[in-house]
Order: sequence, then C-alpha cells, then structure tokens
Amino acid sequence: MTRMETAMEPDATLAPGLPIVSGRKVGKLFGDFRALTEVSIDVAEGEVVCIIGPSGSGKTTFLRCLNQLERIDEGALWLDGELLGWRLEADRLHPLPEAEIARQRRKTGMVFQRFNLFPHMTALQNITEGPVQVLREPRGQAEDRGRRLLARVGLAEKASSYPKDLSGGQQQRVAIARALAMNPKVMLFDEPTSALDPELVGEVLSVMKDLARAGMTMVVVTHELGFAREVADRVVFMDQGRVVETGPARDLMDAPQEERTRNFIRSVAGRE
Amino acid sequence: MAGAGSAIAPARREAVPEIDISAMTIVRPRRWGRIAAVAIMLALIAWLAKAFAEGQIAWEVTGEYLFWPSILMGVVNTIWMSIACMIIGIVIGVLVAVMRGSPNPVLRSVAIGYQWFFRGTPVILQLLIWFNLALVFPRLGIPGLFEARTVDVITPAMATLLGLGLNQGAYTSEVMRAGLLSVDRGQYEAAQAIGMGYWASLKRIILPQAMRVVIPPLGNEFIGLVKMTSLASIIGFADVLRTSQDIYYVNARVIELLMVAAAWYLVVVTILSLGQARLERRFGRGFASGVRDR
Repeated sequence: MTRMETAMEPDATLAPGLPIVSGRKVGKLFGDFRALTEVSIDVAEGEVVCIIGPSGSGKTTFLRCLNQLERIDEGALWLDGELLGWRLEADRLHPLPEAEIARQRRKTGMVFQRFNLFPHMTALQNITEGPVQVLREPRGQAEDRGRRLLARVGLAEKASSYPKDLSGGQQQRVAIARALAMNPKVMLFDEPTSALDPELVGEVLSVMKDLARAGMTMVVVTHELGFAREVADRVVFMDQGRVVETGPARDLMDAPQEERTRNFIRSVAGRE
Repeated sequence: MAGAGSAIAPARREAVPEIDISAMTIVRPRRWGRIAAVAIMLALIAWLAKAFAEGQIAWEVTGEYLFWPSILMGVVNTIWMSIACMIIGIVIGVLVAVMRGSPNPVLRSVAIGYQWFFRGTPVILQLLIWFNLALVFPRLGIPGLFEARTVDVITPAMATLLGLGLNQGAYTSEVMRAGLLSVDRGQYEAAQAIGMGYWASLKRIILPQAMRVVIPPLGNEFIGLVKMTSLASIIGFADVLRTSQDIYYVNARVIELLMVAAAWYLVVVTILSLGQARLERRFGRGFASGVRDR
C-alpha cells in the first residue's frame, strides 16, 4: 500500500496513490429523474472508502453503476485501468458484449443489502457456485477454498446449512464469503447492515473490519457512522446525487466543512 | 359497563378449577352434515353403478378389449405422443418466456406473435392445417440438401407432433413466464455480481427456483395434453381413442369400447398425478433443503 502526499493534487476528491476505481463526473438518469450529477470518486488500491448520505442521495446508485447493474449516462467509470461498459476505439464508443461485462464484473465483489443468497443452495454451494461455474475451478479445490472462507467469516460449521436456516447476520457473512470467493480486486458493500436486527449488526461489521485490516480495497455504502469513522480511510458525503464533501474519515466526521454534512452527521448521531 | 364486568372478575378469579386438558376425555362433536353428504354420495354411486350394470352395456366386451393388442398400441401411442409434445412444449415455452423478457424488441415481437397465433386458433384447426400442408407446399426441403414430397414427411404422427407441440409451447410459455417473474430480482443481480452470464444464471439460479412455482400448472398442462392427443384421431393418428373407434366401426360395440378408452385415460392421468406429486415434493424440498441438478 503506497500513499503519496496529496500536496500536488489540487482536486480533493481524488485519492492518494494510484486509483483502482475512478468515477469521473458520473451522471445517471432514471427517465426524467436525475440520480447522479458529476460524481467524481477515486479509490486507491487497499483503501477503504465509505459513502454516507441521506436516503435518495444516490450512494447506492453509484455503487450499482460500479458493478454495472446500472448503466451510467454521463462521465466515465474506470476500474483497474479499464473503461466500464465500453470499448474505446479512436474516440468512438462500442458497447461491450455481455461476456465482457461479466468479465469486468468479476473484478468487483458485491454484497447486497438483502443478502440475495441463492435459497436452493447450501452456504457452501452458494460460495462455490461462482468459482466452479464461472472460473471453472475444480469442484474439490473450490470447496476447500469455500470452507476456508466460511471459517474466515466465522461460519465453518454452517457449510451445509440452507439460507433459510441462517440468521440475517449469518446470511450476510455467507454473502461476503461468496463475493470473496471470486477473488475480486474491489469489494462493494451496499448498506450491508441495514436489513439486520440491531444485535446482528456487530458480527457483520467485524468481518468487514477484518477484511479492511487485511488490505482489501472496499467501497462501503453505509449508515453506520461509527464504522465509517473507525475503519474508513476516507469518507464521501453525498446528497441529492452529488458529492458534497470528501475527506479523511476523522476529519470529515469530526469537523465537516459543509453545512449539509454537519446537519446530516448531527441528525444521525442524534438518533443513535 | 364496569358494573357488569366486576360482578364476575375479582370474586371468581380464585375459584377456577385445576384442570389439564391433556389428561381429560374429549367429546368430539358429531359431524352430521358430513355423514349425510357421504351417505348421499354413496347412494348416487350405487345407483349409477346399478344403472350401468343393468344398462345395455356388455361389460365382458369392455373387459375383453381392455388389453387388446391394438388398444395397447393406442395407449402406447397416446403416452409417447403426450410426452414428446410436452417436451417440445417445455423447450419452446422456456425459450419464448425468455424472449418475452428480452430487451431485444425483435425477439419480444416474435414471441408475442407466436403466442398470438397459436393461442388464437383452435388446436383442432392447427392439426388440420399441419396435416394438409401438402396442399400449400407439395414438396418440402432445402434445395441441394434434401427434398421430399410433403405427404411423405407429414405423417399423422408428424402433424400431431407439430400441431400439439407448437400449441403446447404457446401455453407453456406463459406458465414459464409466471415462474420466471416469481423469482426475486435480487437473484438475477446476485448471479450477475458473481460474473455469471445470462444463460448460466438462468440455468443455475433462476430456473431451479422457478420450477417450484411452475410444476403445479405444468402438471395441469400435461394432463390436459394427454386428453388433447385424442383430437389427433381426426387426422388419423392411432391413439387410444382412434383405435377404440376403429374397433367399434367393425363390431358396433360403441359404448363398450369408449369405456375401454376412458379407463385407459384415467389410468394414464392417475399415474401422471402421482408423478407430479413426487416432483413437487422434490422441488419443494429443494427449496427448503436443496436440489442438486447433477
């Protein structure tokens, strides 16, 4: 993990170090509704970036664009040096075929708010499905790796349990293991604890902390300000589809520059 | 109000007797309505049985023809034709259901047009069109590769296969579409997120979950199809109804042979219903405890 000083960098939204994710003035429209406006977010390799903001601020939409579950309409999104969704050829854009988009998606692991585990498969099968079907890894090897991943999220003994027999927190931890099984370069978390009972939030956050400590590049959309403050390298505050403010986690949380950021942090803190 | 309530509550609270319902004898209420209904039904069945026993039916003739070789051949034809048409129907049904959900407007239009035509005309008419295809196209084939007279290619069996299979596909596609719609959107997204292509996610993630929802209506379709094969008797396909008719044209034992056919339809449909129940348990258990498709 190399960190350069930012003195030379005039744009505060750009990350120090080499960005693995680069959003450049990303715009997204749903019909007439403008969900994102000129969103520029960079994430360096090994960095943990938390995106916070009120609901409807576009943070989840941005994450879904990164995983190409949504297409962007303006700007550009880069991941690991590749333009997402398009092939650039002499100033002309060619839409990527589905197989290429699938290949680009493999660089990211996505964890959903509602887990989205496959209900007809056991925890282990959920994890090995991608490696076996997509990466064509031998089943035995995938299962060994799957069991290690389950152990890593603290669920070694749940390998043959079905999602319906797991608690929300356990399901989300399996979902994290499933995403890790594809060896992604970046992990994307879409409000991973929002659908959990309060007493189950901690176990998921602690798995995420371990991941961060192990140097995984992470983009986390979250309402857990405590987690953001403790784990994130940088925090991005979004509102109404725009990046309002971005900065090192503690600076932004403890001394926000913008009025809107201050109000948001105060209102969430008041609730907690 | 308080007056009426307080009259019982505080005074009697202590006086509740110590009982345990699990240790006591239970007097079941007599279900007179149910008993009467059963009695009436039994009487009706007895009366019907008596009527048919005394009526102008020679049951021994029915018994004699039940396992007649040509009848058995007809049963076999009915069964394989039903299975073949159902397979065609399911394959087309899945394809058309997927096409209807496709972002490609050409595929979507083709699917809608197909459903429109095959659901919009009676199946008996479709059978007659296929069977009489030679009137439109005397010869079929791909120039230079193969060619044949249409009457040689479109046998009664071929016309039935095309007619019932394509008709079944149009209906099955809607059943399949309901199944695909029943699977949560998040499942598609999760499959995409682990880098699966559309067809892989359909096969591995979506269809196994859709099956659970789709089996009861598919069973319905299959049972309907078994009986629909009897329509093919009008274009000369030797199903069990046709073979029964061929016999009664000769010996004039009309009702006796229709009873033979009825008995066989009931046997086939009963077996199918049992099979459906097993399949439902399998996929139902699948949802609760996992299906492996290999």
